[in-house]
Amino acid sequence: MRKYSVFAIAREAMRGHKGWEEQWSSPEPKSEYDVIIVGAGGHGLATAYYLAKEHGITNVAVLEKGWLGGGNTGRNTTIIRSNYLYDESAGIYDHALKLWDGLSQDLNYNVMYSARGVMMLAHNVHDVQVLKRHVHANRLNGIDNEWLTPEQAREFCPPLNISASARYPVVGASLQRRGGTARHDAVAWGYARGASDRGVHIIQNCEVTGVRRTPDGRVSGVETSKGFIGAKKVGVVAAGHTSVIMNMAGVRMPLESYPLQALVSEPVKPVFPCVVMSNTVHAYISQSDKGELVIGAGTDQYISYSQTGGLHIINHTLDAICEMFPMFTRMKMLRSWGGIVDVTPDRSPILAKTPVPGLYVNCGWGTGGFKATPGSGNVFAHTIARDEPHPINAPFTIERFRTGRLIDEAAAAAVAH
Amino acid sequence: MLLIHCPYCDEERPELEFRNAGEAHIARSNNIAAESDEDFEKFFFIRSNPKGVIFERWRHIHGCARFFNAARDTITDRFLLTYKAGEPKPDLTKLAADAGPAAWANRPPDQLNEKPKAKRPTKGEA
Repeated sequence: MRKYSVFAIAREAMRGHKGWEEQWSSPEPKSEYDVIIVGAGGHGLATAYYLAKEHGITNVAVLEKGWLGGGNTGRNTTIIRSNYLYDESAGIYDHALKLWDGLSQDLNYNVMYSARGVMMLAHNVHDVQVLKRHVHANRLNGIDNEWLTPEQAREFCPPLNISASARYPVVGASLQRRGGTARHDAVAWGYARGASDRGVHIIQNCEVTGVRRTPDGRVSGVETSKGFIGAKKVGVVAAGHTSVIMNMAGVRMPLESYPLQALVSEPVKPVFPCVVMSNTVHAYISQSDKGELVIGAGTDQYISYSQTGGLHIINHTLDAICEMFPMFTRMKMLRSWGGIVDVTPDRSPILAKTPVPGLYVNCGWGTGGFKATPGSGNVFAHTIARDEPHPINAPFTIERFRTGRLIDEAAAAAVAH
Repeated sequence: MLLIHCPYCDEERPELEFRNAGEAHIARSNNIAAESDEDFEKFFFIRSNPKGVIFERWRHIHGCARFFNAARDTITDRFLLTYKAGEPKPDLTKLAADAGPAAWANRPPDQLNEKPKAKRPTKGEA
């Protein structure tokens, strides 16, 4: 792999840009690999990258039904933060946040991580109590989070309407300054390039149609649209389709898949300096480096694999956005889309071994998996390579729904679920 | 937004009047305290989450307020039918045959553009 640098640009400029290589190769699948990862989104590619980089396992295939990064990796609102309430969540999300810082250098690929600050608004007494609790819990875990008055909030984000007569008055806010955004596609491409350079095979347009097991129950490989591919270890990182894949191996999951929508506006000059989330009115908004406002809406109430959602859901979000930021009332929206998110009963992910030997699963990231991409791939690679979880993902088992050791972010989350 | 037929009101109404209430036909044990951890997990947490026909509960919360069941295709979001609570689970094979667009969702690409035969005779015939 040729390193990207200012010298590479100069060299290519001299010879008419004819020497740039493809960022990753697209080989035909071999008949057998050490590890197969199902799903070439951010989490799957990161898993393959860290398997190769940190554990020396390079005989790896990443199988993708569609195209690389075309699922939720390319559909999310790119928000990064780690201000989760519980110790277990704080551990895994902050592990990811630490990796985001320095990821561009590690991958030699600009993922455009921008720590512009994530501000969460409080609109009522309950919000104030919940967000202050988060601030204190985060600080005990060594995660930065601070409390702002409405005036301080507007100073940090000038477009914010803090008038007392607003429909959703702002009575305070919490701010994580290390939070921010990154370029979602670049994350997938950067990990793909890094993994491919270390020998990982990335195979697109290859749908997994079955999981083959030996008579004693172990995984022996997967059936795909390109034929059978053998592997003693299979990691399922299939987001909304996890239940479908796991069913092929005879494992029933505590997951439900819902459509989650997002939308972007026409591009405008820089007007919005940070990320603002409001859980109570369910809106989150930031401005991309292209100038589009990136707006996240909620999930529909029913299970669906349609990658589309109801208009009233985004309408509700835009109502709230216009109330909180009156300057956006005349903004035109360009595109809206849906992604299928896999939600667990306690709204925390599952990164674990499964009852089937050789089968591993990384799922349940629900409405907020993008922020965890580097951390999730890092500890999942450890889990697959050593056949035991990393201390950071040890609590995120599949058995916790039997034992009752839930990580119940749903009840007290700092997050719009 | 979905249009949902309430089997009690016998009317098709917008989704905003309804609340989805999760997977249908999951029986709660009569003696929940005696359930093993495994059985409780199956009852409380494990869901079929199918890509295809799902049986689910809805409540007409801004109408008659009653619970009923529905069979819906999760690929197209099209309702196959709704039926009153307590009625037996409909036969899946009969539903699949009548799935309309849903029946096309999993066809291989080369069969996707097959046009249904015209019902009325075309010009010139008769």
